[in-house]
Amino acid sequence: MSQAATTAGAAPAASVATSEQYNYAIIKRFAVAAVLWGVFGMAAGVWIASQLAFPFLNFDIAQITFGRFRPVHTTAVIFGFGGNALFATSYYVVQRTCQARLWSDSMASFTFYGWNLALILGVITYMMGITQGREYAEFNWQIDLIILVVWVAYFMVYLMTLLRRNQPHIYVANWFFMAFILATALLHIFNNIQVPVGLFHPHSYSIFSGVQDAMTQWWYGHNAVGFFLTAAFLGMMYYFVPKQAGRPIYSYKLSIIHFWALVFLYMWVGAHHLHWTALPDWVSTLAATFSILLLLPSWGGMINGIMTLSGAWDKLRTDPIMLFLITALAFYGMSTFEGPMMSLKSVNALSHYTDWTVGHVHSGALGWVAMISFGSLYHLIPRLWNVNLYSLKLVYVHFFLATIGIVLYITAMWVAGIGQGLMLRAFDQYGNLAYTFTESVVFLHKPYVVRAIGGGFFLAGMLIMAFNIAMTVRSGIKAEAREAQAASAEARTA
Amino acid sequence: MMGLWEWITDMGNSKIVALLLFMGTFIGVVIFLFSNRRRAQKFETYRYIPLDDDDSHREPVARRDKTKSDEQ
Repeated sequence: MSQAATTAGAAPAASVATSEQYNYAIIKRFAVAAVLWGVFGMAAGVWIASQLAFPFLNFDIAQITFGRFRPVHTTAVIFGFGGNALFATSYYVVQRTCQARLWSDSMASFTFYGWNLALILGVITYMMGITQGREYAEFNWQIDLIILVVWVAYFMVYLMTLLRRNQPHIYVANWFFMAFILATALLHIFNNIQVPVGLFHPHSYSIFSGVQDAMTQWWYGHNAVGFFLTAAFLGMMYYFVPKQAGRPIYSYKLSIIHFWALVFLYMWVGAHHLHWTALPDWVSTLAATFSILLLLPSWGGMINGIMTLSGAWDKLRTDPIMLFLITALAFYGMSTFEGPMMSLKSVNALSHYTDWTVGHVHSGALGWVAMISFGSLYHLIPRLWNVNLYSLKLVYVHFFLATIGIVLYITAMWVAGIGQGLMLRAFDQYGNLAYTFTESVVFLHKPYVVRAIGGGFFLAGMLIMAFNIAMTVRSGIKAEAREAQAASAEARTA
Repeated sequence: MMGLWEWITDMGNSKIVALLLFMGTFIGVVIFLFSNRRRAQKFETYRYIPLDDDDSHREPVARRDKTKSDEQ
């Protein structure tokens, strides 16, 4: 086992010496917040998964029923865990690859407090039953405005840092982060054009109606997946995979093609969520076609990431962080194959409105997003505090718990979804439905139990990570205190 | 010329216009990347940017969060 893989000084010798000082304080806050939101969000996920298997777990408490707690889970994991991890890594990557300090410390701090305040308000309001009812955008209109201001500040910090770079070229990871910031702004604004009921009223009405509203919601919904959960984490991948491997990315030209193809294609595919609805058929077909085309850049990016290890596969035997990063890419490849397949109208007729969709989302969210974030945070945090990771063995334990959890989760959802789809489409010899809806619900019980167990494994891994990170940070703080003490003693003697 | 502009701005032709615009730009990017060997080689040198940045630049923690501008 190579402890060197996780130490602060593990990177190869520098060819560009830099005296630039970076703003690590803000990255530390975001990194710790990511871990805390991860624990909370994943625990909420396991709780609602258990509620579906054992409904008595509602305990007749309105605030924790599935309908209110589900957006708490999605918000906490996507925007809390994922969002904070993205802020942390993007601020780290832009500083390190541009060899420049963040543009404004106060503005960067504002993004931290603003973002997390919005999320906390979101969690509280969802539990009170206040929601816009839009997928992954349940925040009411006042919170939407807070997010808008925070996002503009984030854009300014990122853009101005890029402009004051000491490196002539903008590294490709920053392109992905920039695309994520711009696209998310666009999506957030257009999906949340609302008419408030009153200035102090939490509710509002969408300016769109009917099929246009559905189209807008899924244009937002799928591009949130495309730009928030894919492009941004690819930015993470393009920095942390080469850095952890100690080797450059396999092909820079391929990364450029990957970027442009991805941003061209993603915007068109949202309508594949609305097959067989009132949406015009040509829009549906267009979305399915672009979804299939999207397979090419997705796999190009996956191959580029995995082939970075070409000639150094032995690192997978000695470095558990590399295991996280490469497994994330494997899941990225798998879920970006499954997605286009499910966007085909004939497959969608079976899979849509079933738990197969839920399984697909989680193979991407747990397998790709969470695994790449875990790997990146394990790489990042010891460097931020300038210490070794507390325990590499615990990283291995986390990796295997997480992988077992994902496999249990997605296989349970394949069984549930395909079974559900087949049962709901089955007819008897007289043309009547062969199964009642209740029979399909009874069938789902066992897969739901397995799903909750899988989620439990994943959560256990997350708890171990939180412990490992807490101990690492603790030793970092102690080392800082010792350094400060030694410095003051030195000053006194001088 | 006016006729072409009218054709482009006609919403009925938006799908063809979008296709030509996006496909054309994408093909342009690919040609730009591969048409000139020297340029292609230059792009490949950018792969090393993350590795150029050494971790050992760190300074004592107490001074780490200050910018040069702060010190001035």
